[in-house]
Amino acid sequence: MNKAVEQDGPGGIASDLLQNTVNVDEYLAQNRYSVDEENAHIELVANPDPAEFAKLVRVCPAGLYRQDADGNLSFDYAGCLECGSCRIVCGDTIIAKWSNPGPTMGVEYRYG
Amino acid sequence: MSDFQAIIVGSGCAGAVAAYELARDGKETLVVERGNSNGAKNMTGGRLYSPALEAIFPDFRDEAPLERRISHERLSFLTADACTTIDFSSAALLQNGQDSYSVLRAPFDAWLSSKAEAAGAEYINGIAVEELLKDGERVIGIKAGDDEISADVVVLADGCNSLLTESAVGYHRPGPQTLAAGIKQIIALDEQTVSDRTGNRAGEGTAWLFVGDATKGHTGGGFIYSNRESISVGLVATLSDLARSPYSLCQMLEDFKAHPTVEPLLAGGTVVEHSGHMVPEGGLKMMPDLTGDGVLLAGESAMICVNLGYRVRGMDYALAAGMHAGRAAAAALDAGDTSRAGLAGYQTALEASFVLQDMRQFQRFPHFLESTPRLFREYPEFARDAFNRLFVVDGQPDQPLTKSLKPLVKSLGYGTLFRDLRKGLKSL
Repeated sequence: MNKAVEQDGPGGIASDLLQNTVNVDEYLAQNRYSVDEENAHIELVANPDPAEFAKLVRVCPAGLYRQDADGNLSFDYAGCLECGSCRIVCGDTIIAKWSNPGPTMGVEYRYG
Repeated sequence: MSDFQAIIVGSGCAGAVAAYELARDGKETLVVERGNSNGAKNMTGGRLYSPALEAIFPDFRDEAPLERRISHERLSFLTADACTTIDFSSAALLQNGQDSYSVLRAPFDAWLSSKAEAAGAEYINGIAVEELLKDGERVIGIKAGDDEISADVVVLADGCNSLLTESAVGYHRPGPQTLAAGIKQIIALDEQTVSDRTGNRAGEGTAWLFVGDATKGHTGGGFIYSNRESISVGLVATLSDLARSPYSLCQMLEDFKAHPTVEPLLAGGTVVEHSGHMVPEGGLKMMPDLTGDGVLLAGESAMICVNLGYRVRGMDYALAAGMHAGRAAAAALDAGDTSRAGLAGYQTALEASFVLQDMRQFQRFPHFLESTPRLFREYPEFARDAFNRLFVVDGQPDQPLTKSLKPLVKSLGYGTLFRDLRKGLKSL
């Protein structure tokens, strides 16, 4: 188990989560999506600042921003819930592009 | 000559109602909704208070896809190992005109938009409005995909993550201290089980809000709403505070669902949907201008929302704002002036309604939440410790209650407790 980040600090690195056992993919699999394989509607800058990335690991309700045990960062827009939290938190830093998915694409809530 | 008299961007609570009002008034109205079906991109906690809806659709109780009429209000102060709950039920909650309902947005918004369509509004679905067409400062239409469509007035009702309000009224992207991330799962259970577990009669439901450990002591809270054949469980957490938490939002929800108070409610249920949405929490101060030349903002694109911890309102404000936006736009079209000045009736109508009066009334509350982190950790712990003194019998001789409670209050600090209470009450 990794140590916790300083609660009042500027945000540590993503692998400093106190606990990370949730399997969000299992939940996202219940959602209906039309994934636009051709176009990413959200793009990050090259070599994103890990401290900024760590914020997105925390706020994304789909858990799409991830850091593995070796510190490698990954992001997959395919499970996006289109909430915009990453745009608000890192719109000035590591989010290079945030748009809505293309026509007929993205999440399609059946309950909402 | 414009293609349409009015274009509405987004078919949620505000957009569908604005379109309904305009179409009903005989205006050529187009709604552009990025969901393939109306409601497909929308999500709520959630509960809808009825008065605003009844003002528009008096027969909604027979027509609208409502889940349960809320008969139980619960507010819990949560620690990892305890839960202190206020459980309130009252005939007043069930009276017509004061009633509220759990809702799911996919079916609800589909119904709402059917009203606009029946009134004559045209719909384009499945495509997002990427930019506004402008002539100088004036909004003159929209661009969606390859289509450019002009209108005399545009109503933006595209939610709190609107990418258009900057172009429309110069509203800059708000900061992470003014918005919260919402996360929710729908847990499917059979109807009787939902009723039994939430202690409700058939057709009635529970709205339950949690402060404290639901967000691991961070600014925000948890919620549970009983639907007809499911339970909505989720969290709302202020982005700025969440971004430096040692837990992710997804992990917080996972742990909240496993809390001893919550777990038995959901046991045996199936997660059938996992959703996310932002919630505007900055109050009046974060609101954009509601009108510009040729454009109106309604609902969450205007950041209209009030979360008081025990009461969360957004959808009913959006319905009311949509109604006033639609009516003001129709009046401006009749007068032949959809400039900012011509649309000023919208602002006036909202000022006279509960929408802006509430936003004004509670404008200090967001600061209270932000500046009182004790609400989310120390006070739930205080409640636990105080009631432990009351209810736990450990075989030792009992102490007088005042004596055993004194050190608890002292550890918080009399002054702090008094100041927080005073500040909280003043902001409500």
